[in-house]
Amino acid sequence: MTETETVPVAERVFTWPSDEPRLIASRHPATGELSFPAADPATGEEEVLLSRVGTLFTWTTQAFVPPSPPYTGDTDPATFEPYAVGYVELPEGLLVEGRLTESDPDRLRIGQPMELVVVPFRIDDGEPGRPDRQLVTFAFAPIAAPGAEVAR
Amino acid sequence: MSNVSIIGAGLHPFGRFPGKQAMDMGADAIRLALADAGIGWEQVQRGFAGSLEVSNPDAVVGKVGLTGIPFFGVFNGCATANTAVSMAADAIEHGAADIAIAVGFDKHPRGAFAGDPVALGLPGWYGETGLFLTTHFFGMKANRYLAVHDISATTLARVAAKNFRNGARNEKAWRRTPMTEDEILAAPYLNYPLTRFMYCAPNEGAGAVVLCRRDLATRYSDQPIHLAAWALRTRRRGAFEVQSPSLPVDGPPSPTVDASRAAFEMAGLGPEDVDVAQLQDTDAGSEIIHMAENGFCADGDQEKLIAEGWTEITGRLPVNTDGGLMANGEPIGASGLRQIHEIVLQLRGRAGDRQVPGRPRVGYTHLYGAPGTGAVTVLTV
Repeated sequence: MTETETVPVAERVFTWPSDEPRLIASRHPATGELSFPAADPATGEEEVLLSRVGTLFTWTTQAFVPPSPPYTGDTDPATFEPYAVGYVELPEGLLVEGRLTESDPDRLRIGQPMELVVVPFRIDDGEPGRPDRQLVTFAFAPIAAPGAEVAR
Repeated sequence: MSNVSIIGAGLHPFGRFPGKQAMDMGADAIRLALADAGIGWEQVQRGFAGSLEVSNPDAVVGKVGLTGIPFFGVFNGCATANTAVSMAADAIEHGAADIAIAVGFDKHPRGAFAGDPVALGLPGWYGETGLFLTTHFFGMKANRYLAVHDISATTLARVAAKNFRNGARNEKAWRRTPMTEDEILAAPYLNYPLTRFMYCAPNEGAGAVVLCRRDLATRYSDQPIHLAAWALRTRRRGAFEVQSPSLPVDGPPSPTVDASRAAFEMAGLGPEDVDVAQLQDTDAGSEIIHMAENGFCADGDQEKLIAEGWTEITGRLPVNTDGGLMANGEPIGASGLRQIHEIVLQLRGRAGDRQVPGRPRVGYTHLYGAPGTGAVTVLTV
């Protein structure tokens, strides 16, 4: 029995496979400015692995099925699970936008500590004859156990 | 001092019009604007047309008259109508025309705007994983703004209720049923903290204005409105804007701030001079934030000002007297022309049931759109 292969949704977004995945950013050689995702390697910008832990700068929820395309997640209104997105402020002085693992407004609070995780996104059954693959993407998870975060 | 006046304004109602093409709505708006100006199409020397859904909006001339004039299609997202008006005003200011027209029309399918993130320079995974939604930006910006400046969800509901109440007095509005603050708050969130009734939605409609050299304007109109300023600004690097996978922590202010300052400088006026304003209310949070970004109040003052009725038709600075985007919906090419149409009515004292009392003399319009564009006009009697 073979395990389903886990594959990142795109190359050069986060380090994978890894027990402690990191987002891959790049630094502009002249201005020192960081940007995520990393600039094209052809630009010569130096790759920088970002900190895994930061604080929640702001967030919102996504209660309706996003337009597809471009969205490739579950678009069946019967099974669609609302999710949350947010910007996490990293110690490098950068805000990074990502999905959050928690979508209950009562359990999210601006300023709370968050860490980078890699989560299943969807099954890729795109090619006939090839075993299905589990696509994974990055997300931010509240560091304290769910429930420990008190509401606003 | 600009040498541009508005001598005519026309508006096709906003809503859903099965079987009617956007371009026909645009042609109707042009005819209404020409009738208001008391001129014929053959007197128009130059034109600018904006639309998202119609790829050749300049083709509208086929509906109103093939006179051979220079006629240009323009597009700047939700700021498109300001672009059409600005370019028509520039043409007059630069001597290319004495009379020019700006028109916008659209007919959007239902639901949130979609698009291809890759075509806009964003990574494909940003769209695939559900991050490429402008509504996320509105929810996130409002969430942080409310938290940092201590503004309540009740204030969001007050803004929405006010706009629906104003829309009920506007025969050309789409949503004309007032709603209570409780109903608005109790609705499900689309994007926290914004509920279903705190958002505008894409729909259909058209608007047009006829602009004229100011020194000639009284030949055509007994109530010309002076276009005292027009300004559009794009985002500066690092500004907290839509569709940004990452941003610096302390970026520059929104392009709205830059556009507003430029417009007030051009007009030789300040926010304190404005008697009636149209501010982009994509959602209730946006209207609150835009009050401060356009210089009308300090960050955080909105909680008290809105509770005291400051932005009501009877208040010190009536905002979105025709119901704004929330009650009218947003046909992108036309939305800013609706704003100007309303200010023209208000400054002429012809706004009927929703007329701002006390003879308003200075009006203001503001658009904001992806990927970070602020656009403003200042109008005076």
